[in-house]
Amino acid sequence: MEKNIEAITAKYRGDATRLMDILIDIQDELGCLTPATVARIAGVLGIPQVDVEQTVSFYHFFAREPRGRFAVYLNDSVVANFYGRAEVAAAFEIAAGCRFGEVSADGLLGLFHTACIGMSDQEPAALINGQVFPRLTPDKARALVAGMRAGKTIEELKGDKYGDGQNSHPLVRALVKNHIRQRGPTVFSDYTPGIALAKVTAMTSAEVIAAVKSASVRGRGGAGFPTGMKWEFARRAPGDVKYIFCNADEGEPGTFKDRVILTERPQMVFEGMAIAAYAVGADHGILYVRNEYRYLRAYLEQVLAVLRAQNLLGERIGGQAGFDFDISIQFGAGAYVCGEESALIESAEGKRGEPRDRPPFPVEKGYLQRPTVVNNVETLCSAVQVVLKGAEWYNRMGTEQSKGTKVLCVSGDCDQPGIYEVEWGFAVNDILAMAKARDVQAVQVGGPSGACIGPDEFGRVLAYEDLATGGSFIIIGRHRDILRDVVLNFARFFREESCGSCVPCRALTGMAQVVLERIIAGQGTAEDVARLQAWQKIMRNNRCGLGQTALNPIVTTIRNFRPLYEARLSRGDPRFVPSFDLPAAVRDYEAAVANG
Amino acid sequence: MSPKAAKTRKIIATTSLAGCFGCHMSLLDIDERLFDLIELVEFNKSPFDDIKTFTRECDIGLVEGGCCNDENVHVLTEFRKHCKTLVAFGECALMGGLPALRNTIPLRECLEEAYLHGPTVAGRNPQGLIPSDPDIPKILNRVYPCHEVVKIDYFLPGCPPSADLIWDALVALVTGQELEPQYRTFKFD
Repeated sequence: MEKNIEAITAKYRGDATRLMDILIDIQDELGCLTPATVARIAGVLGIPQVDVEQTVSFYHFFAREPRGRFAVYLNDSVVANFYGRAEVAAAFEIAAGCRFGEVSADGLLGLFHTACIGMSDQEPAALINGQVFPRLTPDKARALVAGMRAGKTIEELKGDKYGDGQNSHPLVRALVKNHIRQRGPTVFSDYTPGIALAKVTAMTSAEVIAAVKSASVRGRGGAGFPTGMKWEFARRAPGDVKYIFCNADEGEPGTFKDRVILTERPQMVFEGMAIAAYAVGADHGILYVRNEYRYLRAYLEQVLAVLRAQNLLGERIGGQAGFDFDISIQFGAGAYVCGEESALIESAEGKRGEPRDRPPFPVEKGYLQRPTVVNNVETLCSAVQVVLKGAEWYNRMGTEQSKGTKVLCVSGDCDQPGIYEVEWGFAVNDILAMAKARDVQAVQVGGPSGACIGPDEFGRVLAYEDLATGGSFIIIGRHRDILRDVVLNFARFFREESCGSCVPCRALTGMAQVVLERIIAGQGTAEDVARLQAWQKIMRNNRCGLGQTALNPIVTTIRNFRPLYEARLSRGDPRFVPSFDLPAAVRDYEAAVANG
Repeated sequence: MSPKAAKTRKIIATTSLAGCFGCHMSLLDIDERLFDLIELVEFNKSPFDDIKTFTRECDIGLVEGGCCNDENVHVLTEFRKHCKTLVAFGECALMGGLPALRNTIPLRECLEEAYLHGPTVAGRNPQGLIPSDPDIPKILNRVYPCHEVVKIDYFLPGCPPSADLIWDALVALVTGQELEPQYRTFKFD
């Protein structure tokens, strides 16, 4: 063990800001990160043990005790549950002989819950030792456990029915499907790497920024910040060392576009980063990818190697003196909040993924306190196409305030879940028709941090000025119990994913879940509903978007589906709290004295 | 306005459930304003006058402490039935307070520590008895803040709430004037 730890830390030159990489690699070698391992890592890096401990404890894919030779992480997202997740989970438990959260007695496999793994179009899905097993059924779960018992390797368990497109690439070999239902003109049009970069190197950096600005490219992560402005801030920020980050930490439940883009268009993403680097004057880029997509690692590394060989990355890119830029890949370890750009930077520095106070903004002081641009995967693709085809072309698509296209991730109750690249300005109804959805009760637009809307709002259009979305579009059928099947799942998700830094978020995500469970159990009161709405105001004081939107699933459904709440409220005497149950509350005492 | 302007005296009841009576002591800390208070209110069920059961309907109930046993629940329920406005005052009533420190420990372990294994009882309870008798209250599985048992209209925070806060709140309730809490009355550090 000693040797492994020292060899791995040496690989990262003993740099404590590379702690995430170090921990991921050591866990790969040793299976888990025990207190002894943590102490040893701290010793080798020369940092306090608690600094290692806090990072290990923050990310849920870091294991502090063995998680079995096969660690099964079964997705617990809303859509997974729509498609029979409970039955799959039960089959796993019976076959494994252990419950979720445990490892089987023989140490063969462990069963764990995990939040949305970016496979909402092929649920229920699980990650087993980092490999994706989509569209599980109880039969498949039993067969997987039987295969493990029979001594199969993870590759043998996977079989060879690889997915479409690059999912079958020899370095990917994933069972994942792309499900690209509609190819739009930006991300999924024909594309040859290098042409945009050649155009860019013939321009000045100011001209590149001007082009992106005149195309009105806005951040595709959901917030919609003007990309050209962000680049300009970073370009003007003092300092010689600047960084370009690509945020591929898509953790918003129901989102999976970055997975498909990184599978089919990684060159475009990297070229977009290089263009940003040219505009900003950065010489290093980091693609931060969520741990769930680690099965793409070897493939992405090879794409980078090819780009280097083509001189589209590296030194003197395109023969241009002074244009040096290279990209490394940083994996997360399971934390939704790291999709927030300052938390993502903290994580890339080897720390807990806690959002920073702003100002200063990352464009002034970001990664390692240097000016840093953080752009979404899709944003960078847009920049490439703007360079290739011009701002005018881009501006012809979309709406007044939302130019260009958007990659939507459609999932839930429809016949055609998958990726739809459409112009901004499509109505919800249009998307529902494209996805062949019927009997729709509601649509969750923009994931849990967005809004849950009903049929009277299906005429609204997807655009920053109306319904903004980072891509998640979950269709909820007539037969679903929205409170139990959707809202409660989201409430639990936010409670779990709160980093705990801001008190309102830490406390109220927990309290909201308790109150919601009470309402679902028929013991809620009108006051409870009013209380949930009132808490939204307090939540606005949280530092980051996660905290500010964590009650959105609840308050948007109270607003749009109030009768669903009212139908469940207690009809009892309003002076007494319906959930208090005196006989139940004294049961422990009666049992203790009965046996005493 | 002067508190004395109130025309008829409001009826008030107070109780200490799973508390330490510190909140009641803080109420007495209003000092000479006690003279104003007795012009404003008439006490019904309260430890101050030792009235054990409600003899009439009350305007205001002041509750100190949370619920740690079924008798607390019974008293709190009576307060809710007989008081138009119910005020929880002090940390224990609002959050469970010190008694709620046991909430993370299973009740059986608490009882065994108290009656079987604790340093003052170990070896002195050969029959291993944990007290149970119809005359003594049953301990709840955990300590409940008042608002988890009955509807509470107002909350006065503090351990104890300052005398000034209690006074300001009572005056507001009696006169019907909105309470404008002074910062120093709920600044705790």
